[in-house]
Amino acid sequence: MITKTPKVGRRSFIVGAASVGAGLTLGLKIPFGTSVVRAQDGSPEINAWIVIRPDDTVVVRVARSEMGQGTITGLAQMAAEELECNWSKVTTEYPTPGQSVARKRPWGNFSTGGSRGIRESNEYVRKGGATARVMLVQAAADAWKVPASECSAANSVITHKPTGRTVTYGKVAEAAAKITPPADVPLKDPKDWKIIGKSVKRLDTIDKVTGAQVYGADLKLPGMLNATIKESPVFGGKVQSFEADKVKSMPGVRHVLKVGDTAVAVVADTWWQAKTALDALPIKWDEGPNAKVSSASIAETLKAGLDADQAFVRTQVGDVKGAIAGAAKKVEAVYAYPFLNHAPMEPMNATAKYTADKCEVWVPTQNGEAAFAATLAASGLPADKCEVYKINLGGGFGRRGAFHDYVTQAVLIAKQVPGTPVKLLWTREEDMVQGRYHPVMQAKLTGGLDANGNLVGLHLRLSGQSILAAVFPQNLQDGRDNATFQGLDPSGDFTFGYTVPNLLIDHAMRNTHVPPGFWRGVNINQNAIFLECFMDELAKAAGQDALEFRRKLMTKHPKHLAVLNAVADRAGWGKPAPQGVHRGLAHMMAFGSYVAACAEVSVNGDKVKVRRIVCATDCGNAVNPAQIERQIAGSFVYGLSAVFMEECTVKDGRIEQTNFHSFDSMRIAQMPKVESIVMPSGGFWGGVGEPTICVAAPAVLNAYANATGKRIRTFPLKNHGIQMV
Amino acid sequence: MARLTINGKTSEVNVDPNTPLLWAIREQVGLTGTKYGCGVALCGACTVHMDGRAVRSCVTPVSTAVGKKVTTIEGLATNGTLHKVQKAWVDNEVPQCGYCQAGMIMAVAALLRDKPKPTDADIDASITNICRCGTFQQVREAIHAAAKA
Repeated sequence: MITKTPKVGRRSFIVGAASVGAGLTLGLKIPFGTSVVRAQDGSPEINAWIVIRPDDTVVVRVARSEMGQGTITGLAQMAAEELECNWSKVTTEYPTPGQSVARKRPWGNFSTGGSRGIRESNEYVRKGGATARVMLVQAAADAWKVPASECSAANSVITHKPTGRTVTYGKVAEAAAKITPPADVPLKDPKDWKIIGKSVKRLDTIDKVTGAQVYGADLKLPGMLNATIKESPVFGGKVQSFEADKVKSMPGVRHVLKVGDTAVAVVADTWWQAKTALDALPIKWDEGPNAKVSSASIAETLKAGLDADQAFVRTQVGDVKGAIAGAAKKVEAVYAYPFLNHAPMEPMNATAKYTADKCEVWVPTQNGEAAFAATLAASGLPADKCEVYKINLGGGFGRRGAFHDYVTQAVLIAKQVPGTPVKLLWTREEDMVQGRYHPVMQAKLTGGLDANGNLVGLHLRLSGQSILAAVFPQNLQDGRDNATFQGLDPSGDFTFGYTVPNLLIDHAMRNTHVPPGFWRGVNINQNAIFLECFMDELAKAAGQDALEFRRKLMTKHPKHLAVLNAVADRAGWGKPAPQGVHRGLAHMMAFGSYVAACAEVSVNGDKVKVRRIVCATDCGNAVNPAQIERQIAGSFVYGLSAVFMEECTVKDGRIEQTNFHSFDSMRIAQMPKVESIVMPSGGFWGGVGEPTICVAAPAVLNAYANATGKRIRTFPLKNHGIQMV
Repeated sequence: MARLTINGKTSEVNVDPNTPLLWAIREQVGLTGTKYGCGVALCGACTVHMDGRAVRSCVTPVSTAVGKKVTTIEGLATNGTLHKVQKAWVDNEVPQCGYCQAGMIMAVAALLRDKPKPTDADIDASITNICRCGTFQQVREAIHAAAKA
């Protein structure tokens, strides 16, 4: 379904009669042969990952969601590499979450976030391709009555080497599907890769330039009605009353509905009619206990956490207090990072159809299984009576992953109009005020330098909101949210890149009533700013070059150092910059990848021009370098939009920003030239979609400080009168 | 009732004359390539051509479009041949999620009509569409490629 306009309706696999259980909900038909699972067009499934059609088309099933990051192309490269198939014959499709449940999760995790599409699923997707290849070769060998060891496969053609006979995959797929899958097929040595590592073209471009691609917001079903909704603008509030009679006679209006305790929706023939009526609908809210909360009151709460006695400790080495007390020079700084909305270009939406026997949902989602769970909960129906069809996303950035509030709403609406499909599409205004916001965080950093300017002690105290406490409390560890420390961890995918003899990193958890969420990059956004800006502050206090100061602390972190050196070399750090141009550095490890940036800015009064950013990433294995470069440049747009111009402020318990006039985003005129250095060192799989986002902002802030002598520690920069040009 | 000419075809749409052209195109005519992003002409996802000029259809009342030639992304290719901007978009692999790209392409096609060889400054001044995926580097490359085509 990916490369074509999705066919709306049930995409069922058709399961052979001997396949017990798998086909319960699937509309069992056309059992060609025993045990062969079939795609909807009747083509045999070699295994859960690979379907091969008689014309040699290879359909790779991808469980992760495509939202622009290129995952369907990258994962198809994985399967195709081991399958030894003709890349020009590859297409992809999404399995459904209902299928996954019925078949005991053959595709593993559907969740598409945390930059883990490839790094987490590459091995089993490659195995899916390798296993299918062995089965296809065996089927050909059986037909020729020769040992499989005499046959080889390349480019979708199997060759019997002694006789030179050949057959294509499409001809033996039917027989291959009946072969018992071999266990533990070895994977190729990376040095033999032909498709992985190549900048093959994305599989999903053409429909995006012709208008043919169907997003969730574009969905059309027979007899469908359209809805839009208002949730209590104060988080935690409820609907008190609404005057449905005032809008019921407006053109096209069919229903005015309470949705749960907290929202009101209008259902109409067209969305514009629904929106017009909802705008005119008087609603009274019971605003609940949070109606007095403001950004100022939240900031006070966080500020108190900066010096609180109690905090969750992540790293403690040596005696920080003693080291700083005895230091020749003490440096201290307080930083603050605001709430942010994801604001994907496609507002939240979901389409639902409910009957007593079946609830179906069509939704752009980063996590089909989570959407499925939301469908079950809201419909009250069991898993075999629910299905979710994933539609392509007009952006996700984390908003459409852990949260399916719009699915819940759509199902609750559909339950009130049984038998009629209803498409719920939020207004941009609703999207802005009903986010799952980047958490608000402050940090106090205290460093001690000895007489030679060496960093002898560092205390990094975070104070602010925990995402896990709100979203996945079961993942807290003795109350501590380890995700808060991304980029500051002692080891793992988010390793702190410095060795400091006395080090304390801790978090005073200060939660708010504003619902937090995973926002592209998650907690590395602010942690990279806190740490890497402060490293520049320390270097300056030590009278040392920012690069040399860091290098001394990084000797035990060679991969961190390698990317930092790479950007410094490419950008010409230490050599004169062009007239009026100033440079800044930053690096981090996040989501398994080592990333660094060197930014060049020029400053003219309040106007800042980010001219160029050199970025390096060591993501272990680089599957598609051209797409990695696009993710780097794109991540910078998202990260720099935030640091220059975006924040969500709270007044009277609600978010104040309602559209792009007050929550702005970069335009092409503000785009720096981005130069990417993709430098995979091999042996591991790091993420790509998120890691680089975090180095753009501190590199630019350090460059700005080098240009002006001014260190900015609260964001966005527009609050300081600074304009990105 | 308003008579609209969209991509060379005439449609009668039965809507309030103040209905934005965007919603007439999407919900009455059934062409969904033109996107809703903000509803207040800030993001450009809804950009279409009206008599060859780029307009933001989310704030253009249907009544304004009567008697004009409206072109949407679905009407940009001619006889199955992609417009040079679309072709440059494919060659340079511009889209990520793609949601804003129809509006971006329509804005660029109008720019190239007025300025066949735009400078970077021309691009900066006239292409003001929001792209949250951040495809701008490829957008700029593709505009220059299309200008050379």
